[in-house]
Amino acid sequence: MANESEIGREHDFHIVIPSDPMEVRAVQDRIENLLALHEVPSRDSFCVKLGMEEVLVNAIKHGNQMDRSKTVTVSVRITAMEFEAKVTDQGPGFDPDDIPDPTDIENLERPCGRGLMLIRHYMHEVAHNETGNSVLMRRKFNQPEE
Amino acid sequence: MSAQPRRRRIEVEEKGDIAVVGFIDKKILDEQNIQVIGEQLSELVDAEKRTKVILNFSNVEYLSSAALGKIIALNSKLKKANGKLVLCNIRADIKEVFTITKLDKLIIIVNSEDDAIAKF
Repeated sequence: MANESEIGREHDFHIVIPSDPMEVRAVQDRIENLLALHEVPSRDSFCVKLGMEEVLVNAIKHGNQMDRSKTVTVSVRITAMEFEAKVTDQGPGFDPDDIPDPTDIENLERPCGRGLMLIRHYMHEVAHNETGNSVLMRRKFNQPEE
Repeated sequence: MSAQPRRRRIEVEEKGDIAVVGFIDKKILDEQNIQVIGEQLSELVDAEKRTKVILNFSNVEYLSSAALGKIIALNSKLKKANGKLVLCNIRADIKEVFTITKLDKLIIIVNSEDDAIAKF
């Protein structure tokens, strides 16, 4: 169990990973450890981990097209109150408004758009840069569910 | 690419003519694992000619949208073969993933394995 001084602290890390889905695990393990250190409620922890999974896989697969010569830059900040992450790939970017709604009947069986939808559901704030190759997202802990 | 032996990522139990599938992994997240799961689910229909399939999620704690894609593909494959897919024992967090993406409108989801068997 973390002591009071640990819980009150802010933790952050900055990491640059190659475009390999296997690299996601190391980032997620690091986040999981910090969430545990701050005794983040299991619901918030689930939402952060799922949101990060989707955003990292999107950056590697759709952003960098799995090109291992391209990297994904990840900055994470965790306090007892909230989680914040910025994930930037080296792809051409995209317009989030151009992604078809995956819940439309005609799109239900198509593979695209669900990741972004889950990110928007599990994070309280999601903002893309103008190019669309960088996303900043935030989740506050212990908030009542909508 | 190393020639890794393809590990079994699903367990199939036969209940009459119904294939009840359980997952080995608690977290269905890794790209490679999801690929293998997708292939092994496809084989149930393509090679083993199964038409009645239950996916039992009792062991599953995390699931990504890439895994959802494989479940949708299995559902489509079974529909084409005049078969049926039913999902059961999904914990609340995971069930929410199906609800948000409205896949609960596309795929039959019930509480227990008994409820799932009753759907055939």
